[in-house]
Amino acid sequence: MTVTGRAWKFGNNVDTDAIIPARYLNTSDPVELAAHCMEDADPTFAKKVAAGDIIVAGSNFGCGSSREHAPIAIRAAGVSCVIARSFARIFFRNSINIGLPIFESPEAAADIQNGDEISVDIESARIVNVTSGREYSALPLSDEIREIIADGGLVNHVRKKVRRDA
Amino acid sequence: MGMTLTEKILARHSGRDRVRPGDFVVARVDLVLGNDITAPVAIKEFERMGAPRVFDPGKIALVPDHFTPNKDIKSAEQVRMMREFARKYMIANFFEVGQMGIEHCLLPERGMVVPGDLVVGADSHTCTYGALGAFSTGVGSTDMAAAMATGELWFKVPETMKFVFTGRLNRWVGGKDLILYTIGRIGVEGARYRAMEFAGPAISSLSIDGRLTMANMAIEAGAKNGIFMPDDKTVEYLKGRTSRKYELETSDEDAEYHSVHEFDASEIQPQVALPHLPENARPVNEVKGVRIDQVIIGSCTNGRIEDMREAAQILKGRKVARGVRCIVIPGTQAIYLQCVREGLVETFVEAGAVVSTPTCGPCLGGHMGVLAAGEKAVSTTNRNFVGRMGHVESEIYLSGPAVAAASAVVGEIASPDEVVSQ
Repeated sequence: MTVTGRAWKFGNNVDTDAIIPARYLNTSDPVELAAHCMEDADPTFAKKVAAGDIIVAGSNFGCGSSREHAPIAIRAAGVSCVIARSFARIFFRNSINIGLPIFESPEAAADIQNGDEISVDIESARIVNVTSGREYSALPLSDEIREIIADGGLVNHVRKKVRRDA
Repeated sequence: MGMTLTEKILARHSGRDRVRPGDFVVARVDLVLGNDITAPVAIKEFERMGAPRVFDPGKIALVPDHFTPNKDIKSAEQVRMMREFARKYMIANFFEVGQMGIEHCLLPERGMVVPGDLVVGADSHTCTYGALGAFSTGVGSTDMAAAMATGELWFKVPETMKFVFTGRLNRWVGGKDLILYTIGRIGVEGARYRAMEFAGPAISSLSIDGRLTMANMAIEAGAKNGIFMPDDKTVEYLKGRTSRKYELETSDEDAEYHSVHEFDASEIQPQVALPHLPENARPVNEVKGVRIDQVIIGSCTNGRIEDMREAAQILKGRKVARGVRCIVIPGTQAIYLQCVREGLVETFVEAGAVVSTPTCGPCLGGHMGVLAAGEKAVSTTNRNFVGRMGHVESEIYLSGPAVAAASAVVGEIASPDEVVSQ
């Protein structure tokens, strides 16, 4: 599967409080969360983001709170994929678990400019910058993680297991 | 080649003789935790997974603490969902207002974690329990749901970084200062995906409360877990709290570490982390004089009885400065009651501070002390991110309870020494 969209650039250490501030965590409704996505980093993001757009960030993206509301808000806002120099551990896990594709690529994170059109092949982890014509590689996901993604996320992965053990 | 304690716990829980960093394992969990923000999402995911029951109702803890006592209707609905889930699946460890406390103060206090345990919690500060020699890590809600359904979860075995603190602790220096100093040295992603193991004479002399504070903030360096070798202090702490049997397992002498960092504790002064990252740690004497509007003393980081005593020691017979709001939040009902019995509540109220029922409240800008634009707070909490405690133009300075209480008295960031010698 290939996803394509405009790049939204962010800096280093974008924490989950910036991705979805705690003042909105009295709900877990994805649509409500999406309306405030990235609000404390860029208050205009939720209004301007288009379906398929891609977040491109620096190091340690998603640090801080374990709130799964962060990748849920990003996905519900229509973002198709997140590319960063590096991810915080819990955010990485949560994204895989809910089926939000994320890729670590220092070269893509450094080279992609705000507004560039980006195309990502999810299976091969090849990132193409349509605007500049450059290509980047990302760290391939491990077999274990690919298995969870192949099952459509952790819920389906566990459903298979629950049925098998029953 | 030996193993670190983190590796030993992961190996035993996945039925292996040994594991190496980088190995993927499926491990059995001893305790699964969720709160009023993360559990509702996990409950929905659990129902979607189609499991007929939870793996073990006795090994699940549900603690409504973030927006409780319920701050609004939506929060009340979230807690109702937890309450109904607990009833449906016969989960006894649902802690209602009156019994509840801040989760990471409450669970150790109730003896729910022992050395060698493997704990996961849908809260990033679940790493706190490493203070007792457990492997304990924060996960998201879907992971929590999977753990409740199956009693196991996948893990990548982390490399371990060892931090050795030699020397003796200076006056007013505690666990908070050591961990802020450490994060200041290695940065907010200095231990990303890794285990942080704390050792050395200064650590042996540190109380369990102080160790809980340090392990609590391992996540602020990006770590998967923080861990301490269980010792006599651990055994003493657990006495009367649990009847479970446990072993005092430690890292092997020939265990392999990612890196070893040695710090001389006698050179560490009380620390303050400047906005907007915990890695911006400085000795308090370098940042004195910043005017403040609010002081928070509490949280899963510093809401324990020792923290309360330290704050009271400075506030006793003194007054909170005009124009400063000082909010003290004991972490659990038992700590609150202890504060009452020891006269600490009287000290706080006479000083002009308010004392709140246990809640995470202001730490995450939820309620009970949210900041307006331009306001500055000294806080014993764990995160000083942009907008964490309220308006995006507010500022948080992280410190231990002594610096926070001294700052409340002076009205600006202050060293405990300048107040107590006054």
